[in-house]
Amino acid sequence: MTEGPGNALNVRIWRGKAEGRFETYRVPARDNQTVLDVVTEVQRRQAPDLAYRFACRVGVCGSCAMTVNGRPRWTCRTHVRRVALEGTLTVEPLRNLPRIKDLACDMAPFFDKWQRAGGRFSGTASRREPPQRVDPQSPPRLAASAAIECINCAVCHAACDVVAWNSDYLGPAALNRAWTLVNDARHGPRSDTLDRAFAEGGCTSCHSQGNCTRHCPVGLSPSESIAALKRSAFFGLPKLEAPE
Amino acid sequence: MQPLRNHESYLAFLGHRLSGLALAVFLPFHFLALGLALEGAERLDAFLVFAELPLVKVAEWGLVTLLTLHLCFGLRLLALELLVWPYRNDPRLRWIFPGTAAAIAVGVAFYAQVW
Repeated sequence: MTEGPGNALNVRIWRGKAEGRFETYRVPARDNQTVLDVVTEVQRRQAPDLAYRFACRVGVCGSCAMTVNGRPRWTCRTHVRRVALEGTLTVEPLRNLPRIKDLACDMAPFFDKWQRAGGRFSGTASRREPPQRVDPQSPPRLAASAAIECINCAVCHAACDVVAWNSDYLGPAALNRAWTLVNDARHGPRSDTLDRAFAEGGCTSCHSQGNCTRHCPVGLSPSESIAALKRSAFFGLPKLEAPE
Repeated sequence: MQPLRNHESYLAFLGHRLSGLALAVFLPFHFLALGLALEGAERLDAFLVFAELPLVKVAEWGLVTLLTLHLCFGLRLLALELLVWPYRNDPRLRWIFPGTAAAIAVGVAFYAQVW
């Protein structure tokens, strides 16, 4: 898309809840604009009642994920020129989550699954004890660090077909979180977290389709975390080195 | 196909699942043929004559190809789930093309042997 007085984007945006329709808006095309910029421009200039969600605008908070031309994406870091199809953008709320209004969906089921997967950190030491020493190069810490940078955007949850087929399935993000805790020496109930991740609707429901890894905007590999959880369920918890 | 499914790993999932379903449909007929062998040569011979029909041969070719595909993609899944991943963010995509190629090679070999 090239910037110019005559160039415009056709933006189809979902309006409504589960029942609704696409409405088309014309927005000036600019050399540098993200999908979030476009949605914001529509909301500020043409449709003030358009509901959508964002916060940081720089790919940290994970609030602004939407479905753009059929794929879930973080819209603040998605440049229009990479995704527009013949000058057209189609923007919908994320798949696999209840729709609240327009582009905003209810994230409660997503975070409920984090809790179900045992994703709440529970330390074993009190604040009066010295911090636990963790070797950053130990295999469990490397495994946890490789999966820890999840921004909770729910892109993987929306991309996952198993979540679409089975609403009981915990989903890639919750299981990825569980895998980081299973490898965290400071987390007390590591075994309980693994049991929860292996329970019905847990890691064994994954079909290894790889949509989550393919779409994760920060380059994590939930597929790998889920496969590692399956291995741990068969072969036991990852071994932590003895504290010094 | 939805854009989000348009990648190798999803195609491998589809290949594995659909070939598995086809094999599940085939298995009862396979056991039927084996059962006929136990009941006497006459009935088995009649079945084998039926199995020589061209349409049945085409189905057999399809099954042999799909069986190889299912085996190769199943080995990939076992490796994914039981072995440590050699590369980050790579669900052994390098195994998909050789698995497909092996299925095609077996299909060609079967064709050459039968026709």
